[in-house]
Amino acid sequence: MNKIKEVCAVIIETIGSIIGKMGRAFVNFFKHFAQGDKITKLSYVVMGAGCFLRGQKAKGFIYLGIQVCYILFMILSGGYYLSMLPTLGTNQQGEVWNEELQIYQVIKGDNSMLLLLFGVSVVLVTFGIFILYLMSVNTAYKNEVAVKNGEKLLSFKEEWNMLFNEKYHITVLALPVVLTFLFNVLPLIFTICIAFTNYDKMHQPPGNLFTWVGFENFTQVLYQNPLWATTFMRLLTWTLIWAFFATFLNYIFGMLLAMLINKKGIYLKKMWRTIFVITIAVPQFVSLLLMSKLLNDQGSLNNLLISLGWIEDYIPFLTKGNIAKITVIVINCWVGIPYSMLITSGILMNIPQDLYEASKIDGAGPIRQFFSITLPYMLHVTTPYLITQFMGNINNFNVIYLLTAGDPKSLNLYQAGETDLLVTWLYKLTVNEQNYALAATIGIIIFLLLSFISLVTYNNSNAVKGESDFQ
Amino acid sequence: MKQVNEKKKWTPRRARRLASSILGHGFLTVLSIVWLFPIAWLIMQSFRGEPGAFTKYFIPKTWTLDNYIRLFTETHLFNFPRWFMNTLIVAIFSCLITTILTLLTSYAFSRLRFKARKPMMNVILILGLFPGFMSMIAIYHILKSVGLDQSLVALVLVYSSGAMMGYYIAKGFFDTIPKSIDEAALIDGATKNQVFWHIIMPMSKPIVVYTILTSFIAPWVDFIFVSVIMKDNYNMYTVALGLYQMLTRENIQQYFTEFCAGAVLIAIPITLLFIKMQKYYVGGVTAGGAKG
Repeated sequence: MNKIKEVCAVIIETIGSIIGKMGRAFVNFFKHFAQGDKITKLSYVVMGAGCFLRGQKAKGFIYLGIQVCYILFMILSGGYYLSMLPTLGTNQQGEVWNEELQIYQVIKGDNSMLLLLFGVSVVLVTFGIFILYLMSVNTAYKNEVAVKNGEKLLSFKEEWNMLFNEKYHITVLALPVVLTFLFNVLPLIFTICIAFTNYDKMHQPPGNLFTWVGFENFTQVLYQNPLWATTFMRLLTWTLIWAFFATFLNYIFGMLLAMLINKKGIYLKKMWRTIFVITIAVPQFVSLLLMSKLLNDQGSLNNLLISLGWIEDYIPFLTKGNIAKITVIVINCWVGIPYSMLITSGILMNIPQDLYEASKIDGAGPIRQFFSITLPYMLHVTTPYLITQFMGNINNFNVIYLLTAGDPKSLNLYQAGETDLLVTWLYKLTVNEQNYALAATIGIIIFLLLSFISLVTYNNSNAVKGESDFQ
Repeated sequence: MKQVNEKKKWTPRRARRLASSILGHGFLTVLSIVWLFPIAWLIMQSFRGEPGAFTKYFIPKTWTLDNYIRLFTETHLFNFPRWFMNTLIVAIFSCLITTILTLLTSYAFSRLRFKARKPMMNVILILGLFPGFMSMIAIYHILKSVGLDQSLVALVLVYSSGAMMGYYIAKGFFDTIPKSIDEAALIDGATKNQVFWHIIMPMSKPIVVYTILTSFIAPWVDFIFVSVIMKDNYNMYTVALGLYQMLTRENIQQYFTEFCAGAVLIAIPITLLFIKMQKYYVGGVTAGGAKG
């Protein structure tokens, strides 16, 4: 209960500070308009007026240019896409009888997908322009105040030089921000929008239209559609079980392996470490695809065991539901143990040795030492790592997809197999089933799940508190 | 005196230590065999002369280099040399862009203080919580609407677009460089731009190397975005997706050993690079990796 309270407090605090900042900006916006002189007032209509009328020619004309471009863009195409956003198109593609030519002619309908994509882009561009507008208004007022106080305004060259010093962050972050916006933020907002439409196999543009359906996809997948709901619940359960085992088995065994290699009296420590590192260094699509072929019903491992006479019939490592689940967890140990061995080995050596010596005098054996000294110390230091690992395993696409591709298939599940995680289900829904709406819905649910986990855990771990403390 | 005696005499304590040492080494040997078994199998299969996907025996009966030769000569359906060049081109360009952008972003978040800093870091944290390829269809349509689908430029853009999101490790490194160093330079009249290029960069060689290597490796191992962007245009594939394609149900009987040969060729350089950079990797994950 306490944790939830704390999380709520953090959320309320954040929202509060955002509202506070916005409110102040809002008040300033009108106050500056009322207090400003003619030029400042003019710059509320003509962007950059407060700059070029006060001598900052280049800066002012850049602002003006942006405004002109934006208005032209909205008239030429932006306005159309914005107006289509509420309906996502009304004209369906179809055939119309042409009297003159005596034939059926295909007329192009609206493409809902493109309308949504461009609509979202226009909204984002407008938002960006709005921020620039606020900046220009702000500059205009500041310039007025500066001129009144008899200060000299910065020349374009001075401002340009500031980009490499006081305002270096703008120079540095401009390109990364643009790339992130184009290829992460915009696609993500578009996809989130799709979760609230009926964009599935039956509604594929350009042949068909799709439209907004509100929260229907969410209610369908949570309880209304029995097949979807069972699939979702079973995959969610399996995803959590998988993430738990994949994280903690790897962690514990990796740590034990690291302790074994670190132990006094073991020779060739570096060689042993390298042997295990090789397996994580080999690209996963190679090692895991190979594993799946090795464990195939007719694969080499079964053949080897049969020819050795250890088993009579092949073992369905990857083709029987529960065996397959165990197999993927075990194979994931093969992938993950060296990894956590690598990570923990350095930290293990940092544990103060006198702790062990003192406990030895008190008569503690190696097992007692592990549970009373090593494990608590390691858990304390590596909690953030464990959290990221757990979240990473919830989204562990590679291991499942390359090993089993989610198989064995099951009739009780909608487009999913026994070993499918939510994230591989999302992939299958997108690529095989083209049910983009459901896939996007699952994506949002995974996001909510992960943010819940990270909010609860991160805000309670020490590593996050006071980020700049150690600088 | 007691210690000397211990070394010479066959005491129970010494016997126990020897036993535990033998046990430890034996256990490690068994584990190593288990861990290296699939890799040994991969290498043996790549030299196997007999056709087909699966054999009833473990060690090949005839050994040959044919699989490697076929990989480079039979290019009508699966053009391995072409894939290799595609991947190399994409890797070089996306590595250049990603390295510069990641380091600049990390520097900004570590050293510069500006209003949007915390909000931006929070946005990146939130973006990272969405499944990576949830928006792949949208990315495809964005690229298509500007006519870039099925091109290598698209791949370079997609791989470099994540640069900002991967700032954590390099930021963790920059955070450990004492701030007094750049303050001294700033007092001497250097700009922040100069501080970055002439002071921080030369001191950050490990993290530069690490960023270069990780961003260079990424295109070699990704097969999801390539398959979405390139669709069925086999000639524009990268090695990962191409090799993946060799193991589909229709192709596996004919191409399995070729797959193994290709996989060995790709895995060797990546493995060597990884072993070389493992210490940076560990440092990054444990120090800066988990912090916001």
